Amino acid sequence: MELPPSHSPATRAAALAAAFVCYRRGSPGRGLALRAVRRAVRQGIDGVGTKYHLELLLEDILDKDRTVNCTAEVFYHLGNKTTAPDVQFTIEGELKNADEADDIFYKRIKSLEKELVAENIPDSHGNVSPEMEPVRLLAWAASGYVVWQNSTENTKFQLAQIKHVKQVKRSDEYLEFDYTILLHEMVSQEIIPWQMTVLWHPRHGVQVTQDSQKPKHTSE
Amino acid sequence: MWLFLGIIFSLGMLIPGKHSLKLQYDGDQVFHVVPETFQQVQHLQHLCSTLLLDLWKPQLSEDIWAGEDLHIRVPAPLVQEVKDSLDQHMISYKVLIPDVQELVDQRVPKERSSHRQVPEGYVYTQYHPMEEIYQWMTQIQESNSELVTQHYLGTTVENRTMYYLQISQPSDKAKKIIWMDCGIHAREWISPAFCQWFVKEILQNYKSDPKISRFLQNLDLYVLPVLNIDGYIYSWEKDRLWRKNRSPHMNGTCYGTDLNRNFNSSWGSIGVSYNCSSEIFCGSGPESEPETRAVAQLIEKKKSDILCYLTIHSYGQYILTPYGSTTEPPSNSEELMDVAKKAAAALQGKYGTSYKVGSTSLILYSNSGSSRDWAHTIGIPFSYTFELRDQGTHGFILPPEQIQPTCEETMLAVTTIIDYVDQKYFPDGAVMLTSSSLGLSLCLSVVLIWTLS
Repeated sequence: MELPPSHSPATRAAALAAAFVCYRRGSPGRGLALRAVRRAVRQGIDGVGTKYHLELLLEDILDKDRTVNCTAEVFYHLGNKTTAPDVQFTIEGELKNADEADDIFYKRIKSLEKELVAENIPDSHGNVSPEMEPVRLLAWAASGYVVWQNSTENTKFQLAQIKHVKQVKRSDEYLEFDYTILLHEMVSQEIIPWQMTVLWHPRHGVQVTQDSQKPKHTSE
Repeated sequence: MWLFLGIIFSLGMLIPGKHSLKLQYDGDQVFHVVPETFQQVQHLQHLCSTLLLDLWKPQLSEDIWAGEDLHIRVPAPLVQEVKDSLDQHMISYKVLIPDVQELVDQRVPKERSSHRQVPEGYVYTQYHPMEEIYQWMTQIQESNSELVTQHYLGTTVENRTMYYLQISQPSDKAKKIIWMDCGIHAREWISPAFCQWFVKEILQNYKSDPKISRFLQNLDLYVLPVLNIDGYIYSWEKDRLWRKNRSPHMNGTCYGTDLNRNFNSSWGSIGVSYNCSSEIFCGSGPESEPETRAVAQLIEKKKSDILCYLTIHSYGQYILTPYGSTTEPPSNSEELMDVAKKAAAALQGKYGTSYKVGSTSLILYSNSGSSRDWAHTIGIPFSYTFELRDQGTHGFILPPEQIQPTCEETMLAVTTIIDYVDQKYFPDGAVMLTSSSLGLSLCLSVVLIWTLS
């Protein structure tokens, strides 16, 4: 069934697909975001789940004029809350090459004497220092994993802020960061703190090796 | 002599009107030359055409004659060059007017520079804490007292005063009302930023912008820059992502009602939580919150005059129509959608930002108790919720560089809606002469009469 692309079932599935793409294609040097939903088709499969076919327009966070088309299939499993939806996607055309930016960030972190530590990215006013931008984009990519794993047809997640990040020094070639992020869920309007351990290497992509929802402490 | 003054006067009339060229004549000089030979005439004609000098007498270059008076206005940067050139060609001259602007200023009442209409130094492209917004409201009223009055609306849970600004052009006419509120949700900082921008734009442009001056003849604008004051302050001081107000529940172990679930429209029915710890807690009853009551009471009182209710939120890039609690469309759904689409198109024209248009229940989620739904239910025909930039890349924490473009494009959408409402309820084909265009036509006709006599 053809869905109006602006209606919520389409935009929720699209947000999930975009998050998955971010996880698979994002890096400290490259962030992608959903610009528009061009087309959405829903197909219910009795007793099994619901499938969405989506045609999306994605934009490069660092260069808003740069967009790519993306087709995706999202499959929500019926009733099963512990299984993440299945997502497959194809990107038409080429994404901006992030190798140089990735390598610069990699070398910079590897050469730090003290582990990187930071808080509140962005700050309350929305500012992100240039040195922290790759840290933010890495979280953006990694949060795609968390969003993917926890989405249903009734949720729409976005990364709202990085509360805290700490580098964990490793002896191997990977970089490791321990993030506490805040996710915004649109339907419930909740802000959900989440911890994630992120592994990254320029040639091996982003990996979330461990993650868990954190309790919301009522400050005050 | 009179012709001369007539020209000065016409020049002066051109200056204040912002719809014409903004011309300044500081340091410009008027030269009086009487060319003696044909070669001098030729040189002067050459000078006028190459430097594009402004001939006051005669009007046309072809009419320059030896032995006849020549008056030329020379722009300040060219004064020395022209003097040198005249000296080189042994052409004597006199400086008739050493500074044209000075003369204009003497003849024409100085219009208040636009800086004086808005508080000097207030930076609209930054986010401001509540104390600064309070000060801003006072200053706006003081420097625009002929148009703006600050009104008491009520008090918040934490006993802070709520004010709205009324922008009203003095007139004998009975006016209708456009209501706009911002900051019902604390973390949506771009929303109060937009209300402030909106007020500033109206006050800076109401004389020169024909659309604004037209609708201000018929409509009063009521602007509430921050509805949820306690929450807004809390988001500055304690928790940037706070949403609700600050009412205490359960013996002070839990805080905050979602004000946009607290209005009396299908209250508590769908898209809410009855649990205080939820972000969409609808409160203990419809209008349980003082902030809700303050707004509802005023709107209820004036509802027969309110044509349009706008409430500004972020984020998502939507113009939302009723309802949230049902997919059943409102009675004027088609018209509401048409106008919203026009507004979204106008917005997109500025920077390409695309907004989705539709009812909350279809394109966002189900909710009940929203202010927008309540406004429509009590009879306000044009009720819209705006969700401003962006789509989630920054979300609530929109960087300050985006304040200006967001406000500029949103301004276009809002004025499209106000414009439509104005044209619908006050149809009028007559062209309104602005005072400056009227003045100019008067002067030019006077000048013409003298020339001919």
